[in-house]
Amino acid sequence: MANVPAHEWTLLEAARRVREGEVSSRELTEALLARVAALNPRINAYITVLPERAMAQAAACDGERAKGSLRGPLHGVPVGLKDIFCTRGVRTTCGSRILHDFEPPYDATVASMVLSAGAVLLGKHNMDEFAMGSSTETSHFGVTRNPWDLSRIPGGSSGGTAAAVAAAMCFAGVGTDTGGSIRQPASLCGVVGVKPTYGRVSRYGMIAFASSLDQGGPIARSVADAALLLSVIAGYDRRDSTSVDVPVPDYLAAADRPVRGLRVGLPKEYFGGGGLDPAVRAAVERALSALTDQGATAVEVSLPHTEYALATYYLVAPAEASSNLARYDGVRYGHRAEGAAGLIEMMSRTRAEGFGAEVKRRIMIGTYALSAGYYEAFYGKAQKVRTLIRGDFEKAFGQADVLLTPTAPTPAFRVGEKTDDPLTMYLSDIYTIPCNLAGIPGISVPCGLSAEGLPVGAQLLSNHFREETLFTAAGAIERAIPLPRVAPLTG
Amino acid sequence: MAITREEVLHVARLARLAVTGAEADRLREQLSGILDYVKQIDRLDTRDVVPTSHAVEMGTPFRDDVVSPFGDREALLSNAPDREGDFFRVPRIIED
Repeated sequence: MANVPAHEWTLLEAARRVREGEVSSRELTEALLARVAALNPRINAYITVLPERAMAQAAACDGERAKGSLRGPLHGVPVGLKDIFCTRGVRTTCGSRILHDFEPPYDATVASMVLSAGAVLLGKHNMDEFAMGSSTETSHFGVTRNPWDLSRIPGGSSGGTAAAVAAAMCFAGVGTDTGGSIRQPASLCGVVGVKPTYGRVSRYGMIAFASSLDQGGPIARSVADAALLLSVIAGYDRRDSTSVDVPVPDYLAAADRPVRGLRVGLPKEYFGGGGLDPAVRAAVERALSALTDQGATAVEVSLPHTEYALATYYLVAPAEASSNLARYDGVRYGHRAEGAAGLIEMMSRTRAEGFGAEVKRRIMIGTYALSAGYYEAFYGKAQKVRTLIRGDFEKAFGQADVLLTPTAPTPAFRVGEKTDDPLTMYLSDIYTIPCNLAGIPGISVPCGLSAEGLPVGAQLLSNHFREETLFTAAGAIERAIPLPRVAPLTG
Repeated sequence: MAITREEVLHVARLARLAVTGAEADRLREQLSGILDYVKQIDRLDTRDVVPTSHAVEMGTPFRDDVVSPFGDREALLSNAPDREGDFFRVPRIIED
């Protein structure tokens, strides 16, 4: 352990060392800022880096510790946030030109919880524009590179966060997941990502994409780190009307529990399709063996409406997005087109200039699906199919405590490989989307490497508010399949 | 499911998105492809199915109707692309 450089420590290790005075927050923050300065030009994981603010926060943490006071479990530890979380006085872009100079007047609840726990904010992570994408290629601020192979994408939309965590440019980060945007990049970058139950983490100040699906969650280099960070950001918030008031359990303790007797369901629909890469299948099978070797039992289950999930998602999410993104009109904040003669022209040109192609495409689909004469046939129908998909999971959780599936059908693809065909890009979320539609929690945990040395993740899904089961099962996989925690930075 | 160029332009107007001619053509093609794909949900019989609007069922939460001032008016106004004093300034609203 003595030879492990500071930036490679786990979140828990870094927090313990600051707490016990083995290292100061300033030393740690300086080391991480140096790492970001060295790597960000190649990886582009950060849209905004905050060296002065971070060092000032670190100095304050050191001062408080010297007086014997600690803010919380992340005292003095540098982390990052996806640039979708509003941060007071710190530019928050959501990866879009339309918000390129937006300075929120308040903190998102997630941001204030991370800060109250004592964390030092290093900066804001790159992402697909308005979280719409699976590769971080739709960001106005340029693509993020996968630290395992710089010619490849890191996944998305929380690709900046996953890449920053994998490249040890922060100890952990918080992303968001509407259809897989935490789990898919976690899988492609070889880190752990958690999509909590809908309502578990406050959406206040988290820029809305599809309100009935969006959920914030941790990305970290170990299951225990992810558990710790979720315990910091989870909880009821009266400012979010969909926040659920149930107690936050001890997630960290759950990561060490034995899996003996755990019923692991394998949804046959997730293993049957032709799109599943053989290397991914083999790695997920190893994850299953890891669980059964430790006393879990495998059971086949069926989620018969799985084939309709992607279609349902591509109606529900764009419909909600078209409504949420109506607020970007060039009036109160953000980009405004110059020289328009009237208000409507100003708004239409502002939005044409401010949004990228993928965001426009989804606004168009959503507006169409909600427009007069089409609402029932599209949005109404999709909401009914959503009920059928939820019902599939309800039945499956009668037979199994946790479901095991691939997180993504393939390892990371190359930059530019899928940008010309939106539908092909959408297919990279085929295994993650049903979880959002059902509102259940999911985790992606590294379970192997492909022949080219690219990471592969296994997805675990559990019933509403059963995140503990995810940490228990993911912890067992992590202990049985040792893998590098920090990406090798090649390519 | 083919969508016409006129429909694309109509939806773009509803969405307040200025589109060029080339964009409209590209969108027509891409939206038709995506709509073809999503239409597969028509194969399912959903006559007796209740729609899901939220995944975790809970009632509508209520709170007292009490004003809580934000306090930092300047932080709000300083983001404005154009302002006049404490007002957001916009181009003329009623067009001739």
